Amino acid sequence: MNRIAQTFAVLQSNRKKALIPFITAGDPGPANTVELMHCLVEAGSDIIELGVPFSDPMADGPTIQRSSERALKHQVGINSVLNMISEFRKTNSQTPVVLMGYANPIEAMGHEYFAARAKEAGVDGVLTVDYPPEECEEWVRCLEQHGMDAIFLLSPTSAQSRVARVAELAKGYIYYVSLKGVTGASHLDLEDVESRLAQLRTAVSIPIGVGFGIRDGAMAGAVAKLADAVVVGSRIIEEIELSPQNELLNNVRNLVAGMRKAIDEQGD
Amino acid sequence: MNIYDLPDKRGHFGPYGGVFVAETLISALDKLREQYDSYRNDAEFKREFENELKHYVGRPSPIYHAKRWSEHLGGAQILLKREDLNHTGAHKVNNTVGQALLARRMGKKRVIAETGAGQHGVATATVAARYGMQCVVYMGAEDVRRQATNVYRMKLLGAEVIPVESGSRTLKDALNEAMRDWVTHVENTFYIIGTVAGPHPYPMMVRDFQTVIGAEAKLQMQETYGRQPDVLIACVGGGSNAIGLFYPYINDESVRMIGVEAAGKGLDTNEHAATLSKGKPGVLHGNRTYLIQDDNGQIIETHSISAGLDYPGVGPEHAWLKDIHRAEYVGITDDEALEAFHALCRFEGIMPALESSHALAYAAKFAPTLSKDQLILVNLSGRGDKDMATVAQMSGITL
Repeated sequence: MNRIAQTFAVLQSNRKKALIPFITAGDPGPANTVELMHCLVEAGSDIIELGVPFSDPMADGPTIQRSSERALKHQVGINSVLNMISEFRKTNSQTPVVLMGYANPIEAMGHEYFAARAKEAGVDGVLTVDYPPEECEEWVRCLEQHGMDAIFLLSPTSAQSRVARVAELAKGYIYYVSLKGVTGASHLDLEDVESRLAQLRTAVSIPIGVGFGIRDGAMAGAVAKLADAVVVGSRIIEEIELSPQNELLNNVRNLVAGMRKAIDEQGD
Repeated sequence: MNIYDLPDKRGHFGPYGGVFVAETLISALDKLREQYDSYRNDAEFKREFENELKHYVGRPSPIYHAKRWSEHLGGAQILLKREDLNHTGAHKVNNTVGQALLARRMGKKRVIAETGAGQHGVATATVAARYGMQCVVYMGAEDVRRQATNVYRMKLLGAEVIPVESGSRTLKDALNEAMRDWVTHVENTFYIIGTVAGPHPYPMMVRDFQTVIGAEAKLQMQETYGRQPDVLIACVGGGSNAIGLFYPYINDESVRMIGVEAAGKGLDTNEHAATLSKGKPGVLHGNRTYLIQDDNGQIIETHSISAGLDYPGVGPEHAWLKDIHRAEYVGITDDEALEAFHALCRFEGIMPALESSHALAYAAKFAPTLSKDQLILVNLSGRGDKDMATVAQMSGITL
């Protein structure tokens, strides 16, 4: 059993839901990433989604775009992201790390070489935003051969036939994008999420995480009632953006710990 | 060679093209593809499109023999396909008319577009006014500053122009932002992409609408010269005017096809936009194609005197035509393009767009290597009024 499956198994037996924060590697600076990852774990995160900066993040809203730009100013490319994960793994062998990003930096490195290096660095899963299932069968096989999970997105507009197709390829967990639009948008409709998740579960047997539009503990708790995992991205990036360097870790820790608490309380 | 019938059902031209977008956009693209497939061969839709091209755009555009310039160059005869005479002054409107008609049939009341220099934005704002649609144009903040006249033109036509502050604040970022708008407002909004790039079906659909250029040329050549040209030359940014001219000739291998990219300050410098000559295959803006990128797979800013060619990608069909050696792709520098701009003004009384001046400059290089009875057909894709400030500035003149 790999780290992602292991994590969900333990959570399930404790009747808990996963908290999955997203941060962009190299934001605000390359020196912050590893300490931020440890801080996320200390605050109660179960899995870390680490964004690979890209010059053209087409599916992201302004907040994550800016984080990508800050990282790129420091020339944080895919090589340095993998080095950060190796560094993180020196003292953490438990917490799954999922890389999230766009296809081009991976293609520039080459699928095979990237997969080998990512595995060696300690990556557990890869979500390639602009690889829909039709375009990435070879890629999914490549990840599988290297023992990593291909994580996929599903959205409110995904037809049921696509849900089935994604369910066949996806490993680890499914990331359900809870509203139309780009990351960082606001107005998540809980009833809508609830009915969609019920539909998804007829085809999907692995855990389902819900993200997009989760901005506070109350929302995180409400989503945790419905989903197996709560994914929080833009809200954490905002905290990183607004925090002075000396308060960065503290602020992020407080924010994430608050969400952890809210998620755990929903089950009681 | 087999009869060319690309793309395949999922939009591939060999390894290029395809649909590389986030899941959130898939259903919108599926619907667009279904609708376009049904109208593509619909007689009524075709009739309406042709009618608009004739009475609104002013087609067919003539083929003009640039006799004095040809004689001066002392080689092949240079013929110009006069897309500059279209309404709005460029080939772009062929495509915006087609997509706007499709948007109307799909019941979309709002159209959005990306634009670099503003030509496609103007062509979109124009048809939006013509069909009574709301229009939003995304334009890099840097380009808004450089192209103030076109921004005002779009506003006069009733469009809202939104400056894009992200990334390099140019065309590629405007395209990203338009995609983000589309994914957020997909129920009422149609995204009119301006070139043969983006996810399937865009490269095919934009090509189909632009193919009127080559289809007309074939008829006109037969009628006037009793034969087809020996060589076709067109400039390539995203590549819509070039594919529009080339496509009807792809199966006719006796016709050479040459695409001209912007070599900027030189192909051996870092300041150019010669994607096919200097780029590497990758994934951007929904399709796989050649890209100007660094070793980390980040997209690099390009440079050209001509804003319309200043794009780090290129249509996937051109990538394939290059790989199978059906078309050749060459570079022309800023200086060479400028020289051709002046030459056409002086020898023929035609002021070409700086984009088209790249094609003209290569024709001027190439013509003397051919004999006087050979024919080169250059796509004069747009007129140059919009470029006067740039040309004056390059010549050190303050207007």
